Amino acid sequence: MIAYLLKRILLLIPLMLGITLITFTVVHLAPGEPVEMQISMNPKVTAEARERLKEFYGLDKPLHVQYAVWVKKLVMLDFGRSFAPDNRPVIDKIRERIPITLSLNVISLLIEFGLALPIGILAAIRRDTLFDKGMTVFVFLGFAVPTFWLALLLMYLFGVTLGWLPVSGLHSLGSEDYGPFLWFWDMVKHLLIPVSVAAFGSLAGLSRYMRSTMLDVIRQDYITTARAKGLRERTVILRHALRNALLPVITLLGLSVPGLIGGSVIFETIFAIPGMGQLFYGGVMARDYPLVMGILVIGAGLTLIGNMLADIGYAFADPRIRHGQGR
Amino acid sequence: MRNSFFRQVFWNRFRANRFAMAGALLIVALFLVSLLAPFITPYGPDELDLYHVLMPPSAAHWFGTDDLGRDVLTRVIYGARISLKVGFVAVGIAVAIGTVIGLVSGYYSGHLDNILMRVVDIMLCFPTFFLILAVIAFLEQSIWYIMIIIGLTGWMGVARLVRAEVLSLRERDYVMAVRALGACDARIIFRHILPNALSPVLVSATLGVAGAILTESALSFLGIGVPPPTPSWGNILTAGKEYIEFAWWLTLYPGLAITVTVLAYYLVGEGIRDALDPRLQR
Repeated sequence: MIAYLLKRILLLIPLMLGITLITFTVVHLAPGEPVEMQISMNPKVTAEARERLKEFYGLDKPLHVQYAVWVKKLVMLDFGRSFAPDNRPVIDKIRERIPITLSLNVISLLIEFGLALPIGILAAIRRDTLFDKGMTVFVFLGFAVPTFWLALLLMYLFGVTLGWLPVSGLHSLGSEDYGPFLWFWDMVKHLLIPVSVAAFGSLAGLSRYMRSTMLDVIRQDYITTARAKGLRERTVILRHALRNALLPVITLLGLSVPGLIGGSVIFETIFAIPGMGQLFYGGVMARDYPLVMGILVIGAGLTLIGNMLADIGYAFADPRIRHGQGR
Repeated sequence: MRNSFFRQVFWNRFRANRFAMAGALLIVALFLVSLLAPFITPYGPDELDLYHVLMPPSAAHWFGTDDLGRDVLTRVIYGARISLKVGFVAVGIAVAIGTVIGLVSGYYSGHLDNILMRVVDIMLCFPTFFLILAVIAFLEQSIWYIMIIIGLTGWMGVARLVRAEVLSLRERDYVMAVRALGACDARIIFRHILPNALSPVLVSATLGVAGAILTESALSFLGIGVPPPTPSWGNILTAGKEYIEFAWWLTLYPGLAITVTVLAYYLVGEGIRDALDPRLQR
């Protein structure tokens, strides 16, 4: 087990290097120069000042030198300073946004798994019943409905027509003066639509997946054996089948990380939630290179860690892998 | 899928699937509508009518009008052109790249395979939407860039699929036989392995079209996709968000169009998957 863990962790290093290489290439291949953005806002900048600005950000050096300098700093978690007027370190900017995006994602993941697993299991057990068919339709809708459109519709319904829920931000104006309970309730109301839309979007895929792994497991011989022993159906499903059917789902948990982070751009823009997606969108629009590269690296790094944790979780859950027979 | 018996079986199974057939018919209908757009609607997609701004649906304007008095139904119909184009071109690019990489990786294995598959692993770590956004925002707005970028960020799944197929096909007797006859690598790969490795790609390509349409609409919605005044379902929704308090029709209809189109592709994709799956007997 320890050897397996070590191997997994060592594998992170070349992958992380690859991530930085792709990030750097993507951002630097794009046409246009980052300093142009700052200059265009101020027509009085002379050619000399422009060169000084380039030198200040190290943009006058050849690309491979820039890359080496950037990676060397990354190792120390130094992501450079933002090009934005406030000129703050990128890491600080990201650090204050990450908790919001991550906690939103964790909450919607919990809701998603809490609903999708039972739905998938029930649909598998009651295959071809009305419930299964109804769920299939629901699942296809979940795939097809663009989440940002669903968000708009719910905003219109609950925010505009019914006026039950606030439609943007995390807190109401003046919520600092509320008591702790009211403050929390206020935040819950703000998050209700974004979180349920996010959960609904991925609910479809997960419940479908759960259904198909459950169907695979139910067909196996040991389930027939368990039934033949005279165990109650409930025991057969929950004790024997479910355990094996859940294994592949662990991997899916890791794989769903990049989609969730990517989706945050749209949610946070629509609902004006000050998270990482909104920060990224703003950074991209303002050509804030250090910020864009920083978020790309951190986003991909989070996925990498998510995948690794999923693999380790899998190894814990499945003795075949733990004892080195699998791979 | 060159074997005519196999094709017959596939077609019979696909046809028996009512959902898949419904999806296929919908896609055909969409193509017809977007092709015949100028004959279907009396308005032009950019035709302004500032006396009839934000009009609710009526007999003259079935889906209402937008903030510049343009007919929403007309713009939704013309938007279908964009979506269908983006879907096909983007997926074409992704499938071409993925297939070549998968073939090379699976056939030659060894170091090359190792490197290519690590590249796939790394690319899969990036939140795709972030990657697309980072590149798109730095380029000038154009539908071609969008198709290319969506294609360039979507080939990894196809590469993995093709590689897995090639790994098993490579060891088959018939490939050995062709090799013994003196065929070169290129001939073996493209003539004898590729045609047999394509069926799983068909499923993922169909689902990929749906994904590309969703991505394009999200980009256009954020204002960095298809540049106005060209209508796309996503950029109609941008105006929809702006005027959501007064004009629900601006939001409802383009979104429905996206949903129906994506649904159609999913149904067809699932239908192909089931028809190809030997385990499912009907």
